Amino acid sequence: MGAGVYHGLNPGMGWPLAVSAALMEKRRSALWGALAALAAGHFLAMTAILLPFSMMAALVEWQTSIRVGAGLLVVVLGLYLLINRRHPRFLARVPPSRLALWSFLAAMAHGAGLMLVPIFLGICAPSEVDAGHGAAGALMAGNVGTAFFVAFVHTLAMSLAGGILAAIMYFWLGLKFLSKTWFNLDVVWALSLIVVGGIGVATALN
Amino acid sequence: MNIKPDPTFHASAKLAMEAPAEKLAFTLMLSPDGSQPDGLAVVDVDPISKTYGQIVHSLFMPNKGDEFHHFGWNACSSSLSPLTGHAFLERRYLIIPGIRSSRIYIIDVKEPLKAKIHKIIEPEEVFAKTGYSRPHTIHCGPEGIYVSTLGGGGPDGTDGPPGMFIMDCETFDILGRYEMDRGVQDKQYDFWWNLPRNYMVSSEWGLPPQFENGIVPEDLLSNKYGHSIHFWDLRGRKNVQTIDFGENHQMALEIRPAHDPAKEYGFCGVVVDTTNLEGSIWTWWRKEDGTFDAKKTVTIPPQAADPDDLPELLKGFSAVPPLVTDIDLSLDDKYLYVACWGTGEMHQYDVSDPMNPKLAGKVELGGIVADTKHPNGKDFAYGPQMVEISRDGKRVYWTNSLYSSWDDQFYPDDEGGQMVMANVGENGGLTLDKDFYVEFPKGYRSHQIRLEGGDCSTDSFCYPNV
Repeated sequence: MGAGVYHGLNPGMGWPLAVSAALMEKRRSALWGALAALAAGHFLAMTAILLPFSMMAALVEWQTSIRVGAGLLVVVLGLYLLINRRHPRFLARVPPSRLALWSFLAAMAHGAGLMLVPIFLGICAPSEVDAGHGAAGALMAGNVGTAFFVAFVHTLAMSLAGGILAAIMYFWLGLKFLSKTWFNLDVVWALSLIVVGGIGVATALN
Repeated sequence: MNIKPDPTFHASAKLAMEAPAEKLAFTLMLSPDGSQPDGLAVVDVDPISKTYGQIVHSLFMPNKGDEFHHFGWNACSSSLSPLTGHAFLERRYLIIPGIRSSRIYIIDVKEPLKAKIHKIIEPEEVFAKTGYSRPHTIHCGPEGIYVSTLGGGGPDGTDGPPGMFIMDCETFDILGRYEMDRGVQDKQYDFWWNLPRNYMVSSEWGLPPQFENGIVPEDLLSNKYGHSIHFWDLRGRKNVQTIDFGENHQMALEIRPAHDPAKEYGFCGVVVDTTNLEGSIWTWWRKEDGTFDAKKTVTIPPQAADPDDLPELLKGFSAVPPLVTDIDLSLDDKYLYVACWGTGEMHQYDVSDPMNPKLAGKVELGGIVADTKHPNGKDFAYGPQMVEISRDGKRVYWTNSLYSSWDDQFYPDDEGGQMVMANVGENGGLTLDKDFYVEFPKGYRSHQIRLEGGDCSTDSFCYPNV
């Protein structure tokens, strides 16, 4: 949920697009339409990342390795984004009319989905009693459900946060504040990935 | 990289107009015979400064024969595009191509009075990576820095059509050609776009053999210069429509879209109509169904003249054509400035109704026959040419050279580079400022002007005026 708010406030996840869409079409309903498209893309990206991990999480014996591996993966992505501060150029080829696609690709490129993995795996960690006894199939079904739930709650939080910011900009503050509230979160974002991944690894090893 | 967007980036054209006025201008200097290196002049345009109207710094290049012409910024207000995430670039580097040498200079002007060369891209690299030559217009956009070229491959630039290429906006590496499907486009000059609406418009001058050694009268009279504009799916990199103005409308040059991206129209200037020597302005627009249309909305007639007063090229016509060589649109999309380089006039049209421009003001200066002097009593070589408007729309600057070899054909007796400024009245009207008259060093001519912090032909805005 917290991660969702954080993603929503990051302009890189698209709230300025909603402002732009509403202004271009000169009607406020376009703001909600754009936010819905952005949310759909973000939700897809979350589930695309979380689903495979939810399947894997059922492999109880490998649980620790998977959690450590996932944590490390997130740390590595964070380090990569920290060192390589360039922006993915393929995002620039998406036409402005394809907001959902843009949102999906942006979330993928920034590792927004991966950031959730350690948190998600923490939620899925089977209790000691279950270990080795629970039917893998049931566990998997449960995890898949959790994956959808996490992706949904996360996207909801992100859309609310981004939507509120976009609405404040559109209805009250005006465009002048758009460039003033736009902070470079690249470094903070990369560091968050490293921190989240690190916590994931630490909790898995404990 | 900044933590917050560069203060010279503005979400809308309206916000850019409210920004502080320019204090410095950057003007290109070219050595017409290539005997000296070309350069960049930094001109003081702050009226309360002691050095107002003077060149306060000059940077000369290490090569000769580049022929500087147009140039642009590494980053502009287009960086605030919500789609591309380049909001933290700095407006810091000027990208200056040599249209004769195909060499590209990246000049660091973070400290304008200490402007220095940051990087040089040699012609061989341009040829090898793009197959194009003679780079011209620069705009910063979604995929980086877009550059139009006037020539294809080979020594005379006719091996394949000219086109556009893209440079990385941070490293300035040439990434490669822009076009995926150029359609019928076989000549190139200017281009600009509407970023949120995702279309681009490009225009046509002529191929290198048609301009490098001077205008080719036979080609002009047989209508062989460009006369079409092309519309592109910007991000899809496809030519989606070509509009032919008719072959007598020779040289469709500057493309000026409305700055407010909610408006889906723009203008293009045509140098000369070979049936009657008129210059013209065309308005193009996007229709409901997404296709484009264009219509001639201004014609400027030639002026009768005694053949004795005319250069060899024009004697047979007994008239001087206006020669519409540059146009520029104010940020409020209200006034279109039209340089009539032949007759020596700068026209100001009220284009509030883009389909029905009205002449609102006019300044006479220079000219083939008129040769009008500046109000300070000094001569003005050639005629009004490259024009640039301050962001607030109150001051209009221009220089005088068109292109080295063409200057010599139309104005065989003139020489020199000057930059002047005119003030815009409350309700339109244009008056030359007696106190602003910049003379460039001996042996130099001057071409395009860029204003510190952006001007009316650099910045692309991603949000409408509200």
